[in-house]
Amino acid sequence: MSTAPITGETRPAETTPTPQSKPAGRRRSRRLASRILPPLLFAIFVLVAWQLLVNATGIKESSLPKPTQVGHALWIDRSLLWTNAWVTIKEILVGYLAAIALGVGLAVPIATSRVIDRAVYPWMVASQMVPIVAIAPIIVIWTGFDLRPKVIVIALVSFFPIAVNTIDGLRSTDPELTNLLRTLGAKRWTRFRKAQWPAAMPFLFSGLKVGAALSVIGAVFAEWVGASDGLGYLILTLNNQTATTDMFATIVVLSLIGVGLFAIVSAIERVALPWYHDARRTGDGGDEAEA
Amino acid sequence: MTKLETRGLSKAFPAGSSSRERVPALEGVDLEISDGEFVSIVGPSGCGKSTLFNILAGLIRPSGGEVLLDGRAPDQLLGHIGYMPQKDLLMPWRTVLDNVTLGLELSKVPRREARRRALEQFPRFGLRGFERRWPGELSGGMRQRAALLRTFLAGREVMLLDEPFGALDALTRQAMQEWLLQVWQADRKTILFVTHDVEEAIYLSDRVYVMSGRPGRMHLCVEVPFPRPRTFAMTSDPEFVALKARLLEPLHAAAARQLAEQEAAA
Repeated sequence: MSTAPITGETRPAETTPTPQSKPAGRRRSRRLASRILPPLLFAIFVLVAWQLLVNATGIKESSLPKPTQVGHALWIDRSLLWTNAWVTIKEILVGYLAAIALGVGLAVPIATSRVIDRAVYPWMVASQMVPIVAIAPIIVIWTGFDLRPKVIVIALVSFFPIAVNTIDGLRSTDPELTNLLRTLGAKRWTRFRKAQWPAAMPFLFSGLKVGAALSVIGAVFAEWVGASDGLGYLILTLNNQTATTDMFATIVVLSLIGVGLFAIVSAIERVALPWYHDARRTGDGGDEAEA
Repeated sequence: MTKLETRGLSKAFPAGSSSRERVPALEGVDLEISDGEFVSIVGPSGCGKSTLFNILAGLIRPSGGEVLLDGRAPDQLLGHIGYMPQKDLLMPWRTVLDNVTLGLELSKVPRREARRRALEQFPRFGLRGFERRWPGELSGGMRQRAALLRTFLAGREVMLLDEPFGALDALTRQAMQEWLLQVWQADRKTILFVTHDVEEAIYLSDRVYVMSGRPGRMHLCVEVPFPRPRTFAMTSDPEFVALKARLLEPLHAAAARQLAEQEAAA
């Protein structure tokens, strides 16, 4: 799950920096198009194939609705979907923030203290072996049907990748950099702030992205165990009525929420870690001639 | 005047995590560097150069002997000597400007003042126009110069440079050597330079120490007789070539011995 970020250990031969040859605006829109167009075309292809398949085989709508029918249901049910989506979005946001607090809150002491690492890390891993499916009803018994059990389930599902990636990131600091900082007079806390923490950022964001995807799963699951509204609850209700088309519409909205959260985290990463993205995009440059 | 001196410096490391046996890395190392002198150390790999540097930088304590700075033994060496390791260790999340001001920042120099001092030096270090770039966008030579600028700006009177040009290609390396001499001649800071390139050592230095390995000892010390400013043409001078041969000889012997040991062990 952990990616190895930090670029640029060894660089190939010296090259001259590339001047901005084309207008930046046009280049950016072209880059955007090249990123959005392929997945869009692929989605259209899949939807068309699906539509044609259902038409050709005559599968019942209650088994597999056509994309057009799902689209219609999205429109017809829009106010029902929106009301329930808002409930689920709130659960996800609060639960996700709790997961970040828990993940980072565990990662920092584990990565900086050997004793805490030995004592806590194995239990953190073990916590992931306990099926959340099995303990979610217990959490509901303890906390009731309000926001709390949802937040707890989401946090339990999502904190792990955040914690593990952050721990790896905090441990990725080059020991020689630590030594260099020591020769410059930096004490432990300063070394953490100036080197260890910023070096862990790309790792942390990897964990945040995985956690974002998991938080949607956690929310649906928490609502299945005990809720009176929300998209997960809606799916259960629709399932009892065999309203397959409306279930599909609900699933589409859930997926959009997940994609949206992922996109927000990616956008924050782009703004927060410009060095990580700029350096990866431009590769190396530099001019030796002036030496 | 003697700036930095070591007397009978030795260091031994535990052979393994459990055994009580200790393997000597340095033994009786005597070293002396005058104020403003450029001194190089050459030696085979594994001769204890890194251990010596780590002791001088204050990162590890010697098992025996002492390090004198301006004739006195400071209770804490850490922070007295500028240290530039082999890797440039630029922080990829800081711009070049914020990387080179690291030392000033850590000694609590106000940000504006630190930046002013740094920006003054950018042209001299061949980094003009790259102040706001990320280190990842720089070439190897530029990264190395940025690392040197960071070391210079930290303002220590003695600087340890550990094979700073080791990873560069031959042409860049040569340009960097000439440039380093110019910078050094202007400031006359005391430099202790480690390399395993004998030619580089002679070309740059006032004196060259040759270390022998396992345990590390000072084997030889020679004065470099060539006047400054040095030119690249000097490297083909017969006297230069002869000096090079004289320094290479013990290194060759050490390398051959090491190879034989490895074969015997295998």
